[in-house]
Amino acid sequence: MTISQVSFGSHEPVLDVKDLTVKYIGDTRSTTAVDRVSFSIGTGEVFGLAGESGCGKSTIANSIMRLLKDPAKIAGGSISFGGKDVLAMSPEELRRFRWQDVAMVFQSAMNSLNPVLTIGEQIVDIFTTHAGYPRRESLRRAGELLELVRIDPARLKSYPHQLSGGMRQRAVIAMAVALKPSLLILDEPTTALDVVVQQEIMAQIKELQRELGFSVLFITHDMSLMVELSHRMAVMYGGRIVETAKAQDVYATPRHPYTQALMGAFPPLTGPRVPLTGLPDGVKFRDIPDLSEAAPGHFVAPVGPDASAVDTALLEGAAR
Amino acid sequence: MSHSVLSSSRPDISTKIPALEIRGLAKSFPTGGLFSRESVRALHGVDLTIGRGEIVALVGESGSGKSTLARCVARLERPSSGEILIDGVDVLKRDRFQASRAFRSQLQMVFQDPFGSLNPAHRIEHFLQRSLAIHGKGGGSGEETQRRLEGLMTTVGLQADMLNSYPHELSGGQRQRVAIARALAVEPQVILADEPTSMLDVSVRIGVLNLMRKLRDEQGISMLYITHDLASARYLADRTAVMFAGELVEEGESLDLLANPAHPYTQLLVSAVPDPARAGSYDPVRRAELRQAVMASTKCEFEGDPNQACSAEAPVRHLVGDPEDRHWVRCHLYQPWAAAAGHALAGEPTQPSRPASNAQEEASA
Repeated sequence: MTISQVSFGSHEPVLDVKDLTVKYIGDTRSTTAVDRVSFSIGTGEVFGLAGESGCGKSTIANSIMRLLKDPAKIAGGSISFGGKDVLAMSPEELRRFRWQDVAMVFQSAMNSLNPVLTIGEQIVDIFTTHAGYPRRESLRRAGELLELVRIDPARLKSYPHQLSGGMRQRAVIAMAVALKPSLLILDEPTTALDVVVQQEIMAQIKELQRELGFSVLFITHDMSLMVELSHRMAVMYGGRIVETAKAQDVYATPRHPYTQALMGAFPPLTGPRVPLTGLPDGVKFRDIPDLSEAAPGHFVAPVGPDASAVDTALLEGAAR
Repeated sequence: MSHSVLSSSRPDISTKIPALEIRGLAKSFPTGGLFSRESVRALHGVDLTIGRGEIVALVGESGSGKSTLARCVARLERPSSGEILIDGVDVLKRDRFQASRAFRSQLQMVFQDPFGSLNPAHRIEHFLQRSLAIHGKGGGSGEETQRRLEGLMTTVGLQADMLNSYPHELSGGQRQRVAIARALAVEPQVILADEPTSMLDVSVRIGVLNLMRKLRDEQGISMLYITHDLASARYLADRTAVMFAGELVEEGESLDLLANPAHPYTQLLVSAVPDPARAGSYDPVRRAELRQAVMASTKCEFEGDPNQACSAEAPVRHLVGDPEDRHWVRCHLYQPWAAAAGHALAGEPTQPSRPASNAQEEASA
């Protein structure tokens, strides 16, 4: 709790991604998974990355952590973290960078716990390996860490299968913040959980974020969840960002047709029942142009007969 | 059953016999070793009625028994006891050992995973043709069959030339439409849809829900829509039933039920749905109270109501609000799940852990 809380929107970005391009290179052809993507995350800011499966959002997360494996290659652009060039780090620098500077909670992270070690042993391992604390001290800190996410420290002696899914996910989040990283990447952290547990985990993350002041890169396809948690957000489609703005602005006035379709995919829980239209099957956006400022702080990729190749007849068909 | 897939004639919905009626359905699974007598109660005393041309949603968390109910009704699982009536006929008595072809032509299923439910080695045409042929709906001539195939594709919003495609050439949403077309080919009265949209990309989910609504409106097909997503249940279903620990705890007209949830479990579910319109509504104190009310309720709102007696022994249904909304809630004093199957609420940290809950979780894992 040494890091004081900083209001979001600070001009000193923790993470700055510029024109990132990632390609999956095959023998005969290669695919561009992430295409000239730029965004930055301020100190203490929660930045959301929304999009559907295959749009490249997890590839971005893995690029930041330098976890990409062949055939994926970073083909262009830069990633800088607190002024350091992440793409130029040596293996030893990377080792310190991962977990101490940036930690990540993976999709279905609750299944990433080692089933044959107790929760306690796995947390102690973080402290002894990365921070070099003696065992007794590590154990004390591990207990504190569990208390931070409202798990009884007696559970240190439990094996993962003895905890419920929600508790396992809490434990994984506790492990991610163990070394007080300045950026936490959450890749679909609640996808496999029921709504009640999901809401409690999200509240937990918010509380930890307020308390520890880290920045968050939050990746999900659930727009409601994203708007609730994020300060700013970007919507991805086919490896490109199609819209980025304050989360509340995207929620109130989504401007890109794809963002509108995503927003329309979540029926409201109150008010009258109004017919919604999603994206019709087969609608594709191609050659998405660079973002332009549609309103102050609200950037959208232009859509139109000239700007981006989209079958407008199909889009109109969606209204039926 | 005489109406063609292509015609939009609605069946007579004035008749009083419901399309599907479930009475006292129960299912328990044996646990432990070969000689163990222990069992987990997955369903207990479920009564549910689906009228003609009605869409009923069944909501609840994972492990609440929703899918077990679907599997029992589809006769993929043999219920321990209870009755399943289609058109007023108990199908468990009629076909005692396994589902008959007649049953399959009355009730069809749409599964969660459109990637797993279509054989990758066949063209789309094959799946639909087989359904038509097995149930004798092919129409006699090759031309007529072809016309029906194309009609089915149009009905579910796909191009007729996709009949020649293989499943891998289609998107998830398109595949789910094929799965729905396959169910439709049989001209069923009831479609059971078990989480039909949860594996689809979010932007095409609403399209599949709209298709289900259209089929109901145009062909009068009744549907049981099983989901964990309350918002989509509200969007699609006329009525919603809430399942908890293998039993129904509340049921009513969807809009009314979600606006005025009476059971603490329903309140818990409704309060947990992410909704930017009411961001910041999470209240840990209120949450703890609701959990307590769900797990160990000691009072019922209807206690002392002279018209609606409470009972701790029997699952009494209290009527909520306007009788027109057919909204009932089970008496809170009735607490059968002390020994019931595990559920998501049991092992959570805000809940005092009890020895039974661990055993339940292991059993359900």
